[in-house]
Amino acid sequence: MNSNYELPLEDAGYSFGFLDEYAKKEVRRCILKAIAIPGYQTPYASREMPMGRGFGTGGLQITLSLIGVQDTLKVIDQGSDDSVNAVNLRQFVQLTCPGVDVTEKTEEASLLQSRHRIPEKPLTEAQILILQVPYPDALVVVEASEARRKIMHAEADYSRLLVKLYEDIVHFDEITISHRYPTRINGHYVIDPSPIPRWDVPKLHQSKALVLLGAGREKKIYAVPPYTLAEPLVFDDIAFRVEDFRDATGVRHACRCCGSTVSFLDEFSNDQGMVAYQCSDSAYCEEQQQTGSAA
Amino acid sequence: MSYVAIKGGKAAIDGAAAATDYMRCMNAVDEPIKLSVIEDQLRLLTSRVVSEGGLYHPKLAALALKQFHGDTLEAAFALRAYRSTKPRLLETPLQDTSKMRCIRRISSAFKDIPGGQMLGATFDYALRLLRLDLANEDPAAFRLVAKNFLSNTPEADLPDSFPKVLDALRAEGLLPPVGAIREQAFDITRDSLVFPVPRSAALATMARAETGSLLAMAYSNMRGYGDVHPTVAELRVGYLPVMLPHPVTGELMEAGEVLMTECEVVAMYESGNAGDMPVFTLGYGACFGHNEVKAISMAILDRALQKGMRDGPDNPSEDPEFVLLHVDGVDSMGFASHYKMPHYVTFQSDMDRLRTTQGKVRKSGETA
Repeated sequence: MNSNYELPLEDAGYSFGFLDEYAKKEVRRCILKAIAIPGYQTPYASREMPMGRGFGTGGLQITLSLIGVQDTLKVIDQGSDDSVNAVNLRQFVQLTCPGVDVTEKTEEASLLQSRHRIPEKPLTEAQILILQVPYPDALVVVEASEARRKIMHAEADYSRLLVKLYEDIVHFDEITISHRYPTRINGHYVIDPSPIPRWDVPKLHQSKALVLLGAGREKKIYAVPPYTLAEPLVFDDIAFRVEDFRDATGVRHACRCCGSTVSFLDEFSNDQGMVAYQCSDSAYCEEQQQTGSAA
Repeated sequence: MSYVAIKGGKAAIDGAAAATDYMRCMNAVDEPIKLSVIEDQLRLLTSRVVSEGGLYHPKLAALALKQFHGDTLEAAFALRAYRSTKPRLLETPLQDTSKMRCIRRISSAFKDIPGGQMLGATFDYALRLLRLDLANEDPAAFRLVAKNFLSNTPEADLPDSFPKVLDALRAEGLLPPVGAIREQAFDITRDSLVFPVPRSAALATMARAETGSLLAMAYSNMRGYGDVHPTVAELRVGYLPVMLPHPVTGELMEAGEVLMTECEVVAMYESGNAGDMPVFTLGYGACFGHNEVKAISMAILDRALQKGMRDGPDNPSEDPEFVLLHVDGVDSMGFASHYKMPHYVTFQSDMDRLRTTQGKVRKSGETA
């Protein structure tokens, strides 16, 4: 091709937060818009990050746009700080944001980036929770076209979603949506709350912390501002139900490490082939083990 | 055991990185590949990466190909991520492709075209018989190929530029006149696609789309899920001078040149506005690097999408949302890869729903 130029041989010298300042400013503007219109999917020019689309690039762009040297960051994936993807994202932030502190303790973090979980420990007004989002639109299960979905959202027309829930009840006598449970924010927009389990959905309601949701591949940012209504879509006579961790006899499984019976559990087969249960939130589990205060 | 329940995520990632680099270097008798070798001898691979990466930087593209073991999706992805760190400083004015220094230009519409057909470097009529003599190529013979080629080609045979075939058709009234540019070009790196999108957004999206994805969509239209029936009015490959305004005087100056492939297809005619003469319709494709299949696919899809935007889509390839949201290599490969990440919180939740439902079925079976 045309190669009469030299490649700079030193490292590429990335700026604080990897993204250029214009990009970060644009993301912050979109965040403000998202907060001003709770639950509305604000389009933004999502940048390519040096990790795969689907690995948390939307959450990461929010984190990098907000983070400063005074911040303390916690990154979790599946509830764990040590999950490969959480480690990867945290290392990247440490690499590109020198001076930023990281922590595994939920209460110490000013920014928390998470995939698939909200920490068990209640968050405070001083904290921002950033959730990674693969599918930003709850309507995608009933309408493939984004243009049509946009109109449905504007009209708060969620009838087809409600029909889907109703059909579930007719077919299975149960609502079959396990995670990504459609949740109405501030009485209007229904959001996909990211693939958190139903267990975590009630934590969005009147949350003290600001919750920001970032979909990098789908190029959307939306928010659940503090002290805002967040109501899972249900019927008056069918209650919303979180995951049930009771055995056949009705006894609640406990975490094999800390003994907690009030946390979301991961289930797996141990080396003896027995089914074991363990807290999904590793920081919570560790604290319970240390203080011995498990319920 | 699950790989989250145990500690050691960092050690696992470090180990994977070491194993990956080992795979690149495991044959100790090999020479490390020089970037210039990738750029020159694997020029079509490099072309693909600069085009899909949306960044004209052949050297970095060659580096990315080396770093990612030849994976075009990963290499294009690395260029895109690099691009994210750079601000947009300038918008170029329209570039005139009639100024292109062509290395190849053909038309399948006419036997002869102004300036003449120039086949140039192409595999189109090559016999796909494996050349086993390349297996152990002699460096001296290798150098001789270039030397002989250049000494046998008189300089006078190489005109600086060629007229555009479409201009002749336009002069005859067979094509619609070029309209005034009404809108600012849509910059897909600064705005996300909110449908309906202007044609410039569609063209920009396709210009950096993944070649295979674009080809599959276009092929569906060619085979019958659509009716573009294109004729390649002109396909040209060459070096396009990039004109930028001088920072002080504002006068246009040549900042460099980029290798590009451009394709214009002429398709079925349609009646214009009431009273106007019917004219042929056009599809346009262009991309960085030498990638003819991509430029042709893009031109066909451009034509198909124009129809879809105007009359509504009758086929997937005419649906702007369907085409434009599914042809980006970085997006699609990232999402396909993300399924390899842990999903057991959501799977736990799935099991809860299935067990509850199974329990209800069981109970209703017992009572029946």
